[in-house]
Amino acid sequence: MWKSYLIPLELLGIALGIIWILPFYLMIINSLKTKREIFEDTLKPPSSVTFDNYVQAFKELDFIRTFGNSLLILVVSVALIIIFSGMAAYALSRVKSRISTVIFFLFVAAMLIPFQSVMIPLITIFGKVEMLNRIGLIFMYVGFGASLSIFLYHGALNSIPKSLDEAATIDGANKFQIFWYIIFPMLKPITVTVGILNTIWIWNDYLLPSLVINQKGMETIPLKMFFFFGEYTKQWHLALAGLTLAIVPVIIAYFFAQKSIIKGVSEGAIK
Amino acid sequence: MRTKNIAYWLFLAPVLIALTLVIIVPLLVGVYYSFTDWNGIQTNHFIGFDNYKALFQDEKFLDSLWFTTKFSIVSVILINLIGLGLALLVTAKLKTNHLLRTVFFMPNLIGGLILGFIWQFVFTKVFASFGELIGMDSLQGWLSTPGTGFWGLAILMSWQMAGYIMVIYIAYIEGVSNELLEAAEMDGANAFQKIRYVLFPLVAPAFTVSMFLTLSNSFKLYDQNLSLTAGGPYNSTQMVAMEIFNTAFTKYDMGYAQAKAVIFFIIVAVIALIQVYINKKREVEM
Repeated sequence: MWKSYLIPLELLGIALGIIWILPFYLMIINSLKTKREIFEDTLKPPSSVTFDNYVQAFKELDFIRTFGNSLLILVVSVALIIIFSGMAAYALSRVKSRISTVIFFLFVAAMLIPFQSVMIPLITIFGKVEMLNRIGLIFMYVGFGASLSIFLYHGALNSIPKSLDEAATIDGANKFQIFWYIIFPMLKPITVTVGILNTIWIWNDYLLPSLVINQKGMETIPLKMFFFFGEYTKQWHLALAGLTLAIVPVIIAYFFAQKSIIKGVSEGAIK
Repeated sequence: MRTKNIAYWLFLAPVLIALTLVIIVPLLVGVYYSFTDWNGIQTNHFIGFDNYKALFQDEKFLDSLWFTTKFSIVSVILINLIGLGLALLVTAKLKTNHLLRTVFFMPNLIGGLILGFIWQFVFTKVFASFGELIGMDSLQGWLSTPGTGFWGLAILMSWQMAGYIMVIYIAYIEGVSNELLEAAEMDGANAFQKIRYVLFPLVAPAFTVSMFLTLSNSFKLYDQNLSLTAGGPYNSTQMVAMEIFNTAFTKYDMGYAQAKAVIFFIIVAVIALIQVYINKKREVEM
């Protein structure tokens, strides 16, 4: 439909694409310069590449440990959200009763509540029972992540026929077996979506870990990045190397899974 | 399975317990706190509506509320315009369209805190360098005035979220059948008319979704605010979420902070409901 406009549009697209990645480009080229060279000119590529900034930032960020902390919290939280939300949505979609409607509505309504409205009592309560640690954090992620996940699973479950459950019951399977061996595998596409949405959120979350994890050595990447940045505010060469280190794993993951990530996000948003 | 079944409750138990302890109980306890003078340590006194009365005269809070509102309006407009523009661009049959989608979406995978730090570098160092190069003094000291702080946040947020909104618009645009567009073309519609009369009405639901997302995200913004300007200069770019946080955790005025948090919740809920209601109504008419 556009034929005659195609060439200028292509050029416009490329120009916009370049603008979009410009901040990342500037971050990377300057992370390879000395402190002095950044000060003199931020726009030029580095005259000679130095990786010293990276070596120091890697050490200061305790990168392997910090990365491991983030990964541990991410994997456990997302796995629990997937299993528990899937189970709950299954129960809610198979039992059509007033109680199910109320519970489902409760979860949907919870999506409207901004975190700041529950933040203060949440931290106080969990502090009193000494749960301001990783287990407490994972528990909170399950609570905050459940709403959207149940909502998505619920939609998908409604299109899986009940006769499947009935057939399995006749074969002698119990509810857990039916869910785990028959229904859950059929939910794979929506599980990918639920997994992606929760992963993006939890991996990047800063505020909740900053309030919950106050032990040294347990920091996630955003948390450690915040302290690191504060310490090196005026030392852009180190700060930029640290930021690049934090971003590179995400970019690598993105290039391997870009199709499912974009698909997952659009499905999550329009359902 | 029936409601009376133990299996039903076992399936629901983990998320119900988590939801109750993480959202429902804190919300109720929070409403109670908001009527007390609790400071985080000492036992609290019930002081009725005093916190609520005080916060409507609290200039810092009102300023942050006004700043947040202005910011949200500008963000919603910018993000939706840019997002829709990008979506129209990459759904035209460009050779680079897959690469461009990947690029435009990329910022959304990286946390707001980190993006804010990157843009802090761009606004302070790169803008200064560029300003020097082209002889524009106005590019010096970005983020150090209230006005440039505002636009800094708006630019950061648009750059980040436009790709997300683009993805939503793409989903709806690709759902519009080609036959409809071809039929319009046969009837003599030009490109503009095709967009205005065929595409727009069919992507209206996308507008509902993306407006809801941009509005609630802008209104609840915290990470980007913290890392880009930290509320400065002189608290002039402090948004509501940050104002509540500071009242609670740097001044330890917990009861008062919680009253602000309750008002914040009511505002967010009312905006969300009104906005969905209006948009749903509009969709039906179209």
